[in-house]
Amino acid sequence: MTPTFAFIQILNGLQFGMILFLIAAGLTLVFGVMDFINLAHGVQYMVGAYLAAAFTAWSGSFFIGLALALPAALLFGLLLEFLVFRHLYDRDHLDQVLATFGVILFLNQAVKLVWGAEPLSVPIPDVLSGTIELSDGILYPVYRLVIIGVGLGVGLLLYAVVNHTRLGMLVRAGATNAPMVAALGVNIRLLFTIVFGTGAMLAGLAGAMVAPLLSVEPGMGDHVLILTFVVIVIGGIGSMRGAFVAALLIGLIDTLGRFVAPSVLRAVLDPAAASQVGTALAPMLIYLIMAGVLCFRPSGLFPMKH
Amino acid sequence: MKHVMKTLGMVALVVTSGHPAAAQEKLKIGVLVTLSGPPAVLGQQARDGFALAIKDLGGKMGGRDVDVVVVDDELKPDVAVTKVKGLLERDKVDFVVGPIFSNVLLAIHKPVIDANTFLISPNAGPSSYAGKACSPFFYVTSYQNDQVHEVLGKVAQDRGYKRVYILVPNYQAGKDAVAGFKQDFKGEVLEESYIPLGTLDYQAELSKIASMKPDAVFAFMPGGMGVNLVKQYKQAGLAGRIPFLSAFTVDESTLPAQQDAAVGLYGGGNWAPNLDTPQNKKFVAEYEAAYGKVPASYAFQAYDAAMLIASAVTSVKGDLTNKAAITAALKKADFTSLRGAFKFNTNNYPIQNFYLTKVAKRPDGKFETEIDEKVFSNYGDRYAKDCPATN
Amino acid sequence: MTHRLKPNGRRVVPLLIFALLALVPAATAIGADAFVLSLVTRIMIFGLAAMALDLLLGYGAMISFGHAAYVGIGAYSVGILSSSGIDDVFVQIAVAFAASGLFALVTGAISLRTKGAYFIMITLAFGQMLFFLASSLAAFGGDDGMTLPSRSLVFGAPILKNTVVLYYAAFICLLGFYALCRAIVASRFGRVLRGIRENLVRMEAIGFAPYPYKLAAYVIAGMIASVAGVLLANQAEFVSPAYAGWQRSAELIFMVVLGGVGSLHGAIIGAALFVLLAEYLSRLTEYWPMIFGPLLILVVIFARGGIAGLLKAWR
Repeated sequence: MTPTFAFIQILNGLQFGMILFLIAAGLTLVFGVMDFINLAHGVQYMVGAYLAAAFTAWSGSFFIGLALALPAALLFGLLLEFLVFRHLYDRDHLDQVLATFGVILFLNQAVKLVWGAEPLSVPIPDVLSGTIELSDGILYPVYRLVIIGVGLGVGLLLYAVVNHTRLGMLVRAGATNAPMVAALGVNIRLLFTIVFGTGAMLAGLAGAMVAPLLSVEPGMGDHVLILTFVVIVIGGIGSMRGAFVAALLIGLIDTLGRFVAPSVLRAVLDPAAASQVGTALAPMLIYLIMAGVLCFRPSGLFPMKH
Repeated sequence: MKHVMKTLGMVALVVTSGHPAAAQEKLKIGVLVTLSGPPAVLGQQARDGFALAIKDLGGKMGGRDVDVVVVDDELKPDVAVTKVKGLLERDKVDFVVGPIFSNVLLAIHKPVIDANTFLISPNAGPSSYAGKACSPFFYVTSYQNDQVHEVLGKVAQDRGYKRVYILVPNYQAGKDAVAGFKQDFKGEVLEESYIPLGTLDYQAELSKIASMKPDAVFAFMPGGMGVNLVKQYKQAGLAGRIPFLSAFTVDESTLPAQQDAAVGLYGGGNWAPNLDTPQNKKFVAEYEAAYGKVPASYAFQAYDAAMLIASAVTSVKGDLTNKAAITAALKKADFTSLRGAFKFNTNNYPIQNFYLTKVAKRPDGKFETEIDEKVFSNYGDRYAKDCPATN
Repeated sequence: MTHRLKPNGRRVVPLLIFALLALVPAATAIGADAFVLSLVTRIMIFGLAAMALDLLLGYGAMISFGHAAYVGIGAYSVGILSSSGIDDVFVQIAVAFAASGLFALVTGAISLRTKGAYFIMITLAFGQMLFFLASSLAAFGGDDGMTLPSRSLVFGAPILKNTVVLYYAAFICLLGFYALCRAIVASRFGRVLRGIRENLVRMEAIGFAPYPYKLAAYVIAGMIASVAGVLLANQAEFVSPAYAGWQRSAELIFMVVLGGVGSLHGAIIGAALFVLLAEYLSRLTEYWPMIFGPLLILVVIFARGGIAGLLKAWR
């Protein structure tokens, strides 16, 4: 691995980590404040991507599409909250896992019914479609840097809101002890709705941001969902800082693992076999790390509850 | 809305099954394809292509009414086995058509063959059943999987590429792809990059390609993986700089999403929508009119599968009791394939022409693959010699 | 009628279930669809796995989101052994027991250090780890999975080839493990386990350390589920990493909750409903999950206690 190559892989890892962070931020808030396991968070990401694709195709501009997709994703999230999730807050985790799994089943088919099974496409807007030459002949797409920028921006914004506003104080308090916050006379319903809406919109934003990179297709949220859960569990449920650190960690490990594992195995296997075994083992790395973290820190890296 | 209507139509078609018909017994055909998850689009193409053929046949084969039962294998092997047992034991189908994916075929082959029922694969053509394990009950209307990769290896060799970078998914079909490509390609393979299934982001591999500067890239990335790869290939500024040879990566099922990013990329195949035979012209026009999209090879191969079955049923005059007679009739392949020249090898995999195809934008704004040059004529697979002639 | 049955009420439903299951092959013998046999075999296999999970969910309050992994271990024990020529079903079950027991012991020892949602997620992580491991076994088909050369042998005889024999093999396993689970639940061990679920603090106060009890239950549940894997491999004559995927784990949880958590036989009812619904809805429309998903939500919201709960209320 040359230094440039390693640098590119790190950029890729960061970019993937930022996407994971956008999704995980909402999930960890909802999980932490409302003690609600929302498996449907992944399909909200998918719906965000579909909305962005639909609005972009309709308006002809990615930016208008994005601008419309975000409030639409928010509304959609609130609708789900009203129809399903609201009835599950005082249930145990088991009921929540199941009912939200039902939402996944429904929505994965619903998008197919509405938009068809063919993957949809969103072109990268012209202003962002350029590439930057890192070194001789090695180009890096501007759009990916934009994703890193958006992730950082959202991260800073959330950090500011959570740590320096009254709302943020309530969120932190809610993540530590929600019944106590309610007992103190705070309108916990309203707080829940705000938190949930924010989470839905962030997942939608992540979906809309990846739409130009990835194919928008039914079931695209399932794989990401599991990774997102890994992220928030490693980070510590309810911790924004934990979600950020863990998302970048997982993004980097997932990306670098695909290259490091095969090159390490090359010492003992021939290149083709090393690549095969290495890429098969690389996804396990994430789960190994998660198990390792939880083994020594059973409440994640930045635990909220005491 | 269009989809809703189509689904209702399909439901009507499927629900007609259930109990044995009272009057003249209908001919029953089970279609088992993947209709859920990201690859659903491939299964829909096959299902629609098959339905179109039944329509063209007037709903009859050899004078008997045809009843088609469509089931979804969900791309889960154990579900596929249960579904296929339902087709065999409950619906008592005479033919099973399917599946799309080789791993599903591996799971359903045994139950179908053990039930002495004919299995026609409209897409999956693994080497497993092309050699020693060939069977008089198993037919393939597509190709032996390796052949498509051999086309691209031959092209890379003929065009004098010396250094090639290979990108395939990390599963059996990916390994077969590499083996197939290397069959005729004698240059240097810079790297065989095995990608975990379901990988979304190829930026890492693409930057490696950019730094290695190979003469060409060979990719086998079916479905959504291909969509992502092609879009990102273009975004990384590699399109137009490094020739992109691919198998199952750019076709009419993925082009609606790849669009301009795929134009000029190469693929390999036994057919393309613009293949110039009268039957094919009619098929493509009908398919586009009925379903509003350009057919991919899955649709055409399923169409041919229906025509193959029809030819056999007609030749035995609708009498399905004599299995040996049906086998003989199927082996003759006495129908006009949309691809033109077509016959079965000893292992019941096709002998046919293979082409290099290139993605183009049609005047009407839709995208399709078009034939660039013929690479192999009347080409059979290399496993057939191991198939006992008595099969 | 109901009054007279009341003292034995707890036994009536399971008795009915097993009587019904025992009679299915007779029904097919006198003309019912042969497919019913395959379908009910599948129900019993998933019922066995779901029942094992119920031991954790219902009696130990451990929400394992990776229970399909043990089904996978059982299936791969059959696949790997039979591809190297070891066809005897008892050897295969012994290996499945050893492998699943060991896996459950190691992962359970780590997982049980965590609580609540962390436990759900760490069991999911271990399940996924096993899934990716199975996918990387190139010699045994990797992602594609592998076809079994033949079904397992019983004392050297290929009797499982017969679908009725396979049916009763699954039936005997289900009945046997049901009896075992009942005995476990009624034993001192089971009572301690339930005590820990009901009131951890009190149990600790009277001198019970929860950890070894929970771990033992976790290992037992894993081993029982592996038998379901052995049966599933034989039924499908195919082994695939998909058996161990997280969606399958979610389906197992669904079966338990649908049937009713903490009743053991509820898991069998849940499995039956799940398999039958999936089978018949999917024949209605390819969009069947759009019916299935909302149904799931409605069951969770409105039918607390699942089907077994409804039966109890009705009685």
